[in-house]
Amino acid sequence: MRRLPWLPIAIIATMVIMAVFAPILAEHSPTDQSLIKRLKPPFWVEGGSMQHLLGTDQFGRDVFARMLYGARISLIVVGLSLLVGGGVGLTIGIVSGYVGGKLDAFLMRLVDAAFTFPAILFALLLAVTMGQGLNTLIIAISLLLWANFARVIRGEVLALKQRDFVSLARVHGCSPLRIMATHILPNVMNTFMVLATLNIGVVIVAEASLSFLGAGVPPPTPAWGLMVSEGRGRITSAWWLSLLPGLAITLVVLAFNLFGDWLRDRLDPKLRQL
Amino acid sequence: MGRFIVQRLLQAAVLVVLVATVVFFLGRLTGNPVDMILPEDATDADRAALIEALGLDRPLHEQYAIFAFNAVQGDLGTSIRYHEPVMVTFLSRLPNTILLATPSMIIAVLLAVPLGVFSALRRGRMLDRVSGTIAVLGIATPNFWLGIMLIFLFSVQLGWLPSGRMGGPDHYVLPAITLGTFLVAGFMRLIRSSMLEILDSEFVKMARIKGLSEFRVIWKHCLRNALIPVLTLWGVFMAGLVTGAIVTETVFAWPGIGRLTYEAVIFRDFPLLQGVIIMAAVLIVVINLLVDVLYAYVDPRIRFG
Repeated sequence: MRRLPWLPIAIIATMVIMAVFAPILAEHSPTDQSLIKRLKPPFWVEGGSMQHLLGTDQFGRDVFARMLYGARISLIVVGLSLLVGGGVGLTIGIVSGYVGGKLDAFLMRLVDAAFTFPAILFALLLAVTMGQGLNTLIIAISLLLWANFARVIRGEVLALKQRDFVSLARVHGCSPLRIMATHILPNVMNTFMVLATLNIGVVIVAEASLSFLGAGVPPPTPAWGLMVSEGRGRITSAWWLSLLPGLAITLVVLAFNLFGDWLRDRLDPKLRQL
Repeated sequence: MGRFIVQRLLQAAVLVVLVATVVFFLGRLTGNPVDMILPEDATDADRAALIEALGLDRPLHEQYAIFAFNAVQGDLGTSIRYHEPVMVTFLSRLPNTILLATPSMIIAVLLAVPLGVFSALRRGRMLDRVSGTIAVLGIATPNFWLGIMLIFLFSVQLGWLPSGRMGGPDHYVLPAITLGTFLVAGFMRLIRSSMLEILDSEFVKMARIKGLSEFRVIWKHCLRNALIPVLTLWGVFMAGLVTGAIVTETVFAWPGIGRLTYEAVIFRDFPLLQGVIIMAAVLIVVINLLVDVLYAYVDPRIRFG
């Protein structure tokens, strides 16, 4: 058995603590502007002070506070889009696999189409037509996620369907709905959990990219991708504005991916080939 | 083979129609295009005039018919920002994207193939570990941030390379690396895992028994077969390439389709965005179709399966 991945777990724990205790940990508000305190560097650079640990941005907002609240936004988006996108994928996967036939063929065509068409284009379209916001973002990222869940879960269900306990349930007179909900669903939960963990990184990068392109949560909400984007124009003078939030994204995504790999080997080694 | 191509053509057409329809109805049902186009101080008369000009006073199915009729003829409406047909804008930007995507893909293949093959041959050794770590990092790093950091390092700090816009060969280096990174990581992992599988197979043993040189066994017999999964997953890579192009062109102010998409979003230019998405769908479908045909040609199991 592989050892517990301590480093990734530590990074994830740090992020969760940052997100949950943001109001306590942050001395400053993430949105309060102050023209006198504009563009202060982090404390380890000359001219920085302990008052603003990671410096301030072009509006004088505290970068440390924005990072903390940004972690919060990231985790909220991760939770909601996995719930919506993963949930839709799970449902479609179970129904498609269990019912089979024409419905299955149709749904799997849809999955194929979703794989080849870049979801980011629909996400951008939604941001323009529905306006920027958390709802739009969740729908957009769910569009990106559902197909992968549906395809893998369907494969699992196809195998489960052949098992004796399913036939017995059918002989016993269970309705298809009941079989899917109480006999199939619990048996694909392991796979679902592994997929969800492996997709956390995908969601974080997608959220950051959409924020960067002006299609994420609207400013002044502190999101990491948005912070990278806002700091981009000042890369020559205030490098920390883009560097720090981007580094946070990379570290967190790396941690979730490594943790997901470990979880997969532990719970569902079959998924290795993906 | 003919039947296979016809079947794939039909599927491709269905996908394009599906995308166009979704785009059309999303635009009409979830927002008001008039509000997106007009400035805030527009009068009611302006509003009425625009509604009539766009045909928004007609029933929805009629609007859709007109839209479809025009789209089939290549008329995708007029861009609000550029005041010219969307098709014209799109086609004028397309070559720039191709100019950027081609070297990125070449870099990706040139790096990914040898790295993937050697990682599989020396499984668990130093090279495998190093390239594995790079792949994991490459997947975790957001493209746009990588681009900005490359600009910071090579343009701002060292002053070696230009930070953006099109120009001489030196202008291609940073954007091509940014766009290629994502592909390298994906390709490499894929080639490594399929090489591992193939190295175990019977025909490889057979080739060795026949006394073929190790070089021929690896680079001819194994690699050819290991490349098949890359073709299978080509569609997924294409989707990634589009996403990467939007982000990379935005970071480097590269005047291609990706940057155009970003501008359409920022300026809320709905007709432009709608047109770009439909044209992107057409392009993706055509490229995937070509790859599919190539795939069927390379691997007869697909044609007859």
